[in-house]
Amino acid sequence: MTDSTGTPAPRASILRRIDPAIATAFACIVLLLLLGSLYSSNFLSPEYLLQQLKVASFLGVIATGMMLVILLGQIDLSVPWVVTAGAMMSCAAASYGLTGEILAIPFGILCGVGLGLINGIGVAYLRIPSMIVTLATNAVAQGLMVVYSGGFSPRDSASDAMRWLATGFAIPSVPNSVIVWAVVGLAMVFLLTRTTFGRAVYGIGNRERAAYLSGVKTRRIVMIAFAISGGLAAFGGVLLAGYASKAAQSMGDAYLLPAIAAVVLGGTSILGGRGNYLGTVAGVILITLLQSILSVMQMPEFGRQIIYGVVIIAMLLLYGRERAAH
Amino acid sequence: MKDWRYWLAEQRGTLLAFGIFVVMFTIYLVNHPAIENNGFTVNTVANVVQTASNKAVLLAFVAMAQTLVVITAGIDLSVGMIFILTNCLASWIVVGSPWQTALGVVGVLAAGLACGAVNGLIVIYGRLQPIVTTIATGAIYFGIALALRPFPGGDVNGDLADMLTGKIFGVVPASLVTLFAVVLIVWVPFKRSTVGRAAYAVGSSEAAAYMSGVPIRRARFAAYTLAGLLAAMGGLFLTFFTYTGEAAYASGNTYTLFSIAAVVLGGVSLFGGTGSAVGAVFGALAFRTIGDLLFVFDFDPLWQPLFQGVVLMLAVSLGAFGLFRVRNRLDWFA
Repeated sequence: MTDSTGTPAPRASILRRIDPAIATAFACIVLLLLLGSLYSSNFLSPEYLLQQLKVASFLGVIATGMMLVILLGQIDLSVPWVVTAGAMMSCAAASYGLTGEILAIPFGILCGVGLGLINGIGVAYLRIPSMIVTLATNAVAQGLMVVYSGGFSPRDSASDAMRWLATGFAIPSVPNSVIVWAVVGLAMVFLLTRTTFGRAVYGIGNRERAAYLSGVKTRRIVMIAFAISGGLAAFGGVLLAGYASKAAQSMGDAYLLPAIAAVVLGGTSILGGRGNYLGTVAGVILITLLQSILSVMQMPEFGRQIIYGVVIIAMLLLYGRERAAH
Repeated sequence: MKDWRYWLAEQRGTLLAFGIFVVMFTIYLVNHPAIENNGFTVNTVANVVQTASNKAVLLAFVAMAQTLVVITAGIDLSVGMIFILTNCLASWIVVGSPWQTALGVVGVLAAGLACGAVNGLIVIYGRLQPIVTTIATGAIYFGIALALRPFPGGDVNGDLADMLTGKIFGVVPASLVTLFAVVLIVWVPFKRSTVGRAAYAVGSSEAAAYMSGVPIRRARFAAYTLAGLLAAMGGLFLTFFTYTGEAAYASGNTYTLFSIAAVVLGGVSLFGGTGSAVGAVFGALAFRTIGDLLFVFDFDPLWQPLFQGVVLMLAVSLGAFGLFRVRNRLDWFA
């Protein structure tokens, strides 16, 4: 993995070039696994680890989109209901016979792209702060879903393809969802490090004015990034619906904080312009392991919330601080 | 320019919010079923106003809290959770004899102050971004609320609750009077103090404020801490209103979201440095009234979230009109 400058470096300096944030995140993963193995020896078994990767893959897909937006120095708070919209709409499409079954996954993702486009237009062209416009989109998406579902969880169930994608095994003992995450992740790495789009994303994140003056179509790029983020959040919802074989109200609520936390714990600067996908992978695994260990220890919900918040703030205080302003 | 024109320019956002509120509330009153049935008697109108104000005051407190932080160009996404946490706490300790109750109220307000102070300390001395910080502390506050009230329940001193949600002289809603008093006791002194001026200065330009020797840290700390206090007032009122404490995650998020909507409607710039809590209060009242208009016109309540979402979207898009005044395209990226 190369860092954000993208230049290959001699092998000797690799150790020095490792981002301390990513190293810390991986160290925490090892630490958590060791702590867990003290509690129960199952923690180091391949089955458990693969199971964790499978659970992590849903968050991983959602966090991938979030990372793209955070790299721009923006944030996407519309994740909860875009995830739910993706899940509900794909299940709804799946109930329309064979064509519906075939179109279920693309339709769900497309709904997310549409909602993401609203975010993107608001941020890029209307210059509304992303925090605000994405909150508003979240409210609109919630409104649409409440009207659609009548306030209850809809009875449509996921299509076979969705279930296969989320729970099947194309390669023996490797869950499909992990493969999906790997494909999405590799595509994002390619996009960020090997395309002009990716270069522009880092450029805009560092200083949008400078990127604009260098001839980058900054507004179009910001809009596309939000559309991709919306699409990936909805895709996460599609996978979740396949996993649970149906969509539910507010199923996306549990993914906003973890997605942001995973990206930020992985060393991506919340101010934009700096970050590495490997860090996001580490962040996602870290968060998933933390959740898993807390639930194995039968920690009640309130304790999980508190520990969660404390861990995020503690880790950010370790390495996510801004430079002193003056 | 004459003095009054300065004043008008400064208060434009607040006056606009006030105007929207008056228009909306008139439509609401005229079409309210109770008034259509009984005519415009003092009693009916007072009852309708009382119910509406009890509901709107909750949002008004949370919106005031949000305003203080937004003025410093920050954001507090944990206000809704502080609101929920103090509601759960109040359902435990605001009970018993008058003295115990008074102590309980002080305890609840102190808890709100503490939550706000924690936010402020982390943002200022930890140098973390307000968004991430307050999302994370929000999770912590919600966790504590859940620990206090795993299931909805509890009680509150009924006399105090009835007094503060009732009517004074049978006409004026006590909750509105309390809101007014809080504006006078908390907001006006804050705005006129050095620290309050500094909060505006920090929001306009932190670098310039620093160069001018403005007490930046004290200002931001005061803004976050007072925001916690105001959110706690809201939580206290929620308890008086419902007689229970409930750790409702969705409700906390909704209040956070609506507080931002109210702030925007109230003419407070999200980039900091302008606006007033009075504007945000009217923004909150207007937003609540708009949401309730659907009931008056007998729409299916299922449409309410969508309607509120669309209103919110339109309200935040209003800011885009400023783009037409931009002469230099580079100012887009300011």
